[in-house]
Amino acid sequence: MSEAARHTLRVEGLACSRGPATLFRDVGFSVEGGEWLAVRGPNGCGKTTLLRCVAGLTRADRGTVSWDGSGTRDEREAFNAELLYAGHLAGIKDDLSAEENLDGALRLRGQSAAADAIRAALAEVGLEKRRHLPARRLSAGQRRRIGLARLMLDPAACWILDEPLTALDDAGQALFSRLLRRHLDLGGLAVLATHHDLAPAPTREWRFA
Amino acid sequence: MNALLAGHAMRAPHASFGSGFAWAFRRDIALAWRHPGETMLVVAFFVLVASLFPLGIGAESQILARIGPGVIWVCALLSAFLSLPGLFAGDYADGSLEQMTLSPHPMSGWASGKIAAHWVSSGLPLTMLSPLIGLQYGLTLDTLGVLAAALAIGTPVLSLLGAACTALALGARGGGMLLALLALPLFVPVLVFGAGAAEAQATGLSPSPHLSILGAGLILAVLALPSAVCAAIRIALD
Repeated sequence: MSEAARHTLRVEGLACSRGPATLFRDVGFSVEGGEWLAVRGPNGCGKTTLLRCVAGLTRADRGTVSWDGSGTRDEREAFNAELLYAGHLAGIKDDLSAEENLDGALRLRGQSAAADAIRAALAEVGLEKRRHLPARRLSAGQRRRIGLARLMLDPAACWILDEPLTALDDAGQALFSRLLRRHLDLGGLAVLATHHDLAPAPTREWRFA
Repeated sequence: MNALLAGHAMRAPHASFGSGFAWAFRRDIALAWRHPGETMLVVAFFVLVASLFPLGIGAESQILARIGPGVIWVCALLSAFLSLPGLFAGDYADGSLEQMTLSPHPMSGWASGKIAAHWVSSGLPLTMLSPLIGLQYGLTLDTLGVLAAALAIGTPVLSLLGAACTALALGARGGGMLLALLALPLFVPVLVFGAGAAEAQATGLSPSPHLSILGAGLILAVLALPSAVCAAIRIALD
């Protein structure tokens, strides 16, 4: 994430339908490094599907998503190298401890963090004493906090997060705000679907009717 | 948090087929190690069912030696099938599959790593146990060797074929039944040539044609099936 290259995520004319129902069409926005876009709308309006389309999990009927000027469909690996996506499912293995989950998630993204850094990140999110417990014994909020520790350690430039504040308490939400601010300061960008008002106010907003 | 930043690993991600393979292989082996029950179940099923036949048929050594290779192969096939549903279902349910798909590693890398780990925790123990089971059927030493060799070549094919089928059945209701309908017919050629190899050896013929065909099947499966698995996972996540 060097300052010289300001990342851009551009979405143009995105349309997606599920069976006979059109979820959305003509969605277009552009987010640059240092900005974040809030996707808002009532339940069931297609926020999650939009995020999945942008991330590349769901195939859109029409439209393009481009990262730094090249289509993410063609330059899949270049985009994935900078992408941190967290959906409703956290991707946490119940049988592994918080520490192992975090380490595995970072390695999967091609990153490696020192054991000290992982431990410090888990301490920061309040899981230091529980870092060796299997994740099945953690509460929903604590599992979310593993995700916060991941945001802390992963240098990905593009965050696509679906309801990142679910199950987090006030302290957790404040921590998320700090992490988001730091991410933007470092030149990252973010697309978040959320019902909450976050402290760094969204630079842009996409509102479903 | 500032202290954290100082130690923050800001390295460019390195991703390749090999790194994805190694990641998935290590993780799945670690998970299997943490819960050895599943592997033990597969092995126990194999040993129990394969041991029931000599008990049911009686100690007529000629009949036993005649049916031995075939029965052991069928048991190995069913045991391998038993462990298939868990290959992708767990990762699909907890969101790990999404994370892997969106990782910088090529999909075929980690998918192959998972399949390899599946074979190590199901096909490999079956292969290693098969000579012991074969003793119950009074198979000769040569036949036992050929049986193990055929299983060593054939069970990876079963893992690969089964992985493609489980990936196709991901997210479908009644996936287990669908998996049986998809996978078992595809296993038939492997069964025919696998059991044929040991049978040929037992009747004094050369087992090498059977083993060669199995080997060719394995090469074909290794080349073609990982990409089929990836396509099926993409469809399942869409």
